[in-house]
Amino acid sequence: MSQSLTNRLLLAKWWKIVAIVLMCYTLTAGLLMPVPKLDILNETIRNAYFHVPMWFGMMLILLMSLIYSIKYLRTGNLRYDYVAIEAAKVGVLYGLLGLTTGMIWAKFTWGAAWNGDPKQNMAAIAMLMYLAYIVLRGSITDQDRRAKVSSVYNIFAFVALFPLLYIVPRLTDSLHPSSGGNQGFVAYDMDGWMRLVFYPAIIAWTFLGLWVASLNVRATYIEEGISLES
Amino acid sequence: MAPDYKVKYDKREVHLRQMSLVRETSTLLSKELKLEFRQLYALSSLMLYAVSTCMVVYMAFHEMEPLEWVTILWIILLFASLNAVGKSFWQEGNGRNYYYYYLCSPLAIILSKIIYNCLLLLAISFITLAIYSLFLGNPVENMTLFGLSILLGATGFAVNFTLLAGIAAKADNNATLTAILGFPLIIPLLGMVIRISKNAVLGVESLNTNRDLMMTASMISIAFVLSLVLFPYLWRD
Repeated sequence: MSQSLTNRLLLAKWWKIVAIVLMCYTLTAGLLMPVPKLDILNETIRNAYFHVPMWFGMMLILLMSLIYSIKYLRTGNLRYDYVAIEAAKVGVLYGLLGLTTGMIWAKFTWGAAWNGDPKQNMAAIAMLMYLAYIVLRGSITDQDRRAKVSSVYNIFAFVALFPLLYIVPRLTDSLHPSSGGNQGFVAYDMDGWMRLVFYPAIIAWTFLGLWVASLNVRATYIEEGISLES
Repeated sequence: MAPDYKVKYDKREVHLRQMSLVRETSTLLSKELKLEFRQLYALSSLMLYAVSTCMVVYMAFHEMEPLEWVTILWIILLFASLNAVGKSFWQEGNGRNYYYYYLCSPLAIILSKIIYNCLLLLAISFITLAIYSLFLGNPVENMTLFGLSILLGATGFAVNFTLLAGIAAKADNNATLTAILGFPLIIPLLGMVIRISKNAVLGVESLNTNRDLMMTASMISIAFVLSLVLFPYLWRD
């Protein structure tokens, strides 16, 4: 039953159309719609539409990778393992893009691309964790063993991600919005106009990432000779 | 045929199985300890590791600020722990692992390994601390809190690295892989214990110390439970 759900979602068109429409909206409205005029931030506040959704998207896609790793361990079906790895790869891509957009923003507002801010450091370490997951997969040739070992690591890594990204940075001072003594974007400067773009942007980026992952999954299925219909 | 643990048991049998888990674990643990005491390989090599690193640090620094003192100590402990725990699975050949597979449940194996590694790392950490203090002095103000942070650190390293050693043992190139997998995962825990021990060294009365201790303990417990849940999947080949 759930097997066919995975396949139905892989083939379904509606969410890809939603991704395209919302993506066009995000790119145009995100750059053209009015934003609050704030000191220091100025127009860089628009980064909220591009940087913040990267982290939302990354977490959602990595959560999906986790769910498929658990499904693999429960069933031993290699299809699930391929979904898990492709989702993790897109998660890493989003993480790197999140770091890059954050660094560009930090250059303008904090004065330097890398200030050793706890959130930056922790995000970089999270990327190392998932890059290690990809290296681990590369080092094992036997498919079943690779799937099993890397699923176990994926679950372990995801759980380690939480103290890393959410708890530890809150313990130390940080310039980052929504941590340390600073309030979040949402709390103090996101007005109605920004919300109109921000929430669709999150959906658009997440669906776009899922689309990239789903294409890679289908390519792997073709390489491995797995049919989608069964 | 491998023993099938999914068969339904009645209550008495469940009780017997729990008994056998305790018995299997303690047998395996005593085997590890006996092996260690006969060969004295792990303990002596790690002692030597501690002495030579402390010498290197001493030659490089001679005198240190208290905060440098803590940081370098933790780096020495981190590498010593990784070396100690990293080889817990590949020390035993593949054949012997299959033998264990037929004899006892995977839970008993991971439990015994974790307990053994905990004991080993605690011994090594406190010995290293003694040698390190001998060479470089001991600026610690609050020794109880400092001992507690070392206790938490050693337990945390043991719990986290044991499962990772199991993972690395399944992927044949061990030493590098354990480091690649282990360092990013251990950083939150390491950050927490370094914070606690810095407070202990400076003798700072911080309101956050209790919270930090609880949080470190809960991070370790989560990793422990997760290891117990995940290891049976890893073990089955």
